[in-house]
Amino acid sequence: MTAEPNAATLLQDDEPLEPADSTFKATLGATMTLIALTIVWEFLVRQFQVPAWLLPSPSLIGQSMVEWRSELVGHSMVTLYETLVGFALAIAISIPLAVAVVYSPLLQNTIYPILLALQSMPKVAIAPLLALWIGFGTLPKIVVVFLVCFFPIIVATASGLAAVPAPLMDLIRSLSASSLQTFVKIRFPTAMPHIFVGLKIAITFAVIGAVIGEFVGSESGLGYLILVSTSQSRTPLAFGALVLLTIMSIVLYYGIALLERIMVPWAPRN
Amino acid sequence: MSKIHIEGLNKTYASSHGRVTALKEVSLSIKQNEFVTLVGPSGCGKSTLLKLIGALIRPSRGTLLFDGVPLLRPTRDVGIVFQDAVLLEWRTVLDNVLLPTEILGLDKVKSRNRAMDLINLVGLGGFEKRFPRELSGGMQQRVSLCRALIHNPSVLLMDEPFAALDAMTREELGFELMRIWDTDKKTVIFVTHNITEAVLLADRVVAMTPRPGRIARVVDIDLARPRTIDMEFTQKFKSYSGEIREVIYRSPGASRS
Repeated sequence: MTAEPNAATLLQDDEPLEPADSTFKATLGATMTLIALTIVWEFLVRQFQVPAWLLPSPSLIGQSMVEWRSELVGHSMVTLYETLVGFALAIAISIPLAVAVVYSPLLQNTIYPILLALQSMPKVAIAPLLALWIGFGTLPKIVVVFLVCFFPIIVATASGLAAVPAPLMDLIRSLSASSLQTFVKIRFPTAMPHIFVGLKIAITFAVIGAVIGEFVGSESGLGYLILVSTSQSRTPLAFGALVLLTIMSIVLYYGIALLERIMVPWAPRN
Repeated sequence: MSKIHIEGLNKTYASSHGRVTALKEVSLSIKQNEFVTLVGPSGCGKSTLLKLIGALIRPSRGTLLFDGVPLLRPTRDVGIVFQDAVLLEWRTVLDNVLLPTEILGLDKVKSRNRAMDLINLVGLGGFEKRFPRELSGGMQQRVSLCRALIHNPSVLLMDEPFAALDAMTREELGFELMRIWDTDKKTVIFVTHNITEAVLLADRVVAMTPRPGRIARVVDIDLARPRTIDMEFTQKFKSYSGEIREVIYRSPGASRS
């Protein structure tokens, strides 16, 4: 990222509206607010002696997370695995499919409208059926994750591939470029920022998909842990699992965002 | 022999309101190394005519000869500049300029040298490693001009290339274009809706009127070269632009806004 020191300085000069420390300030502000809210939560729970099974205090949640750390780590790994495999599968299938749809008028008029219509179907509602068809292992969870990730990625990729400005297409045609040249040099790079928008939406859905899959029927994963510990009134542990799910979601999202910074350095940032 | 010979050219589009005649019975001959501007209000078919010459669209009827040969498909002997620079954001200035040479499979070393010469020629020396987002609109359009010239085409098609720029940059780039044209002669067909710009740049101004798009008059501009900014205030210049304005606004199809 520091390969172009001149370029970086020039960019800063050109963008006086966006001071370099604005993200730092925002991060600091959010962190301080979070800490303050946690303290208020702790205080209120203690003050009004809320029972732990109803709403545990942050300190109690922390305690139980330490106590159950090996279980939490184990279940986290299961959920993470389902999430990543389902997400990777969605990328591997929807990006080539989007390319096929953009290049084939036949697919564009047959499969694609159906796919778009299916998008409005709540994928979560299929989870019980998946359990019925492929059992209670990790596979049905991976399939749920795949389904929720599939649509944002294919829609973003297809619209990105079609987002080449008309004059640029004219220019390319005036040079009699081949379809392959047009794809490699123009279309795919143009689609990249769009694809990453889809990936960022998909990765947030992915964790939700895995948890839903686990809710429906499983013997492991953070979703399972929440279900079991809630039913046994071990609410602090359920909260611990929730904290880990949130962290997992955030880390995955920023992982994708980091990948975007590396692979698509020209993408607009906000 | 004329570089580009157009005779009885028609272009109609099918639209939701039925058939629209974009160009009607257009005939025009453009000589080698001539600088021709097409001027007229929107809807007069000037951009359509430019696209036809670039073989980006096909005529509905009529003859279009390029070097005496019917033009059926795009030729690499043409360079195009659009209103928007449409540079590839992920490529440096140099790599943007080199894009056509990659597509045409030209010699890498020679292309690179020529690209650097062109970048220097338009005053962007030292900016070749920069990315488009780091450049002003005028600089981006200079890059797009280099990209149009990199494969050394004999015809340069320009579709309102300076219309998106501010007045000062626009003037500056106009003179720069003429300077480049002076050192490296090409047939230039330049679309604009700015009458002053059309007169200042051209050997001949083709005044067009809308509904249906057709050529209303072709005006020979007998002003010395190199052109200067002072010429705009001469009587001759004013009479040229007056004549063109008259032709464009007098037409029955012209809007009187």
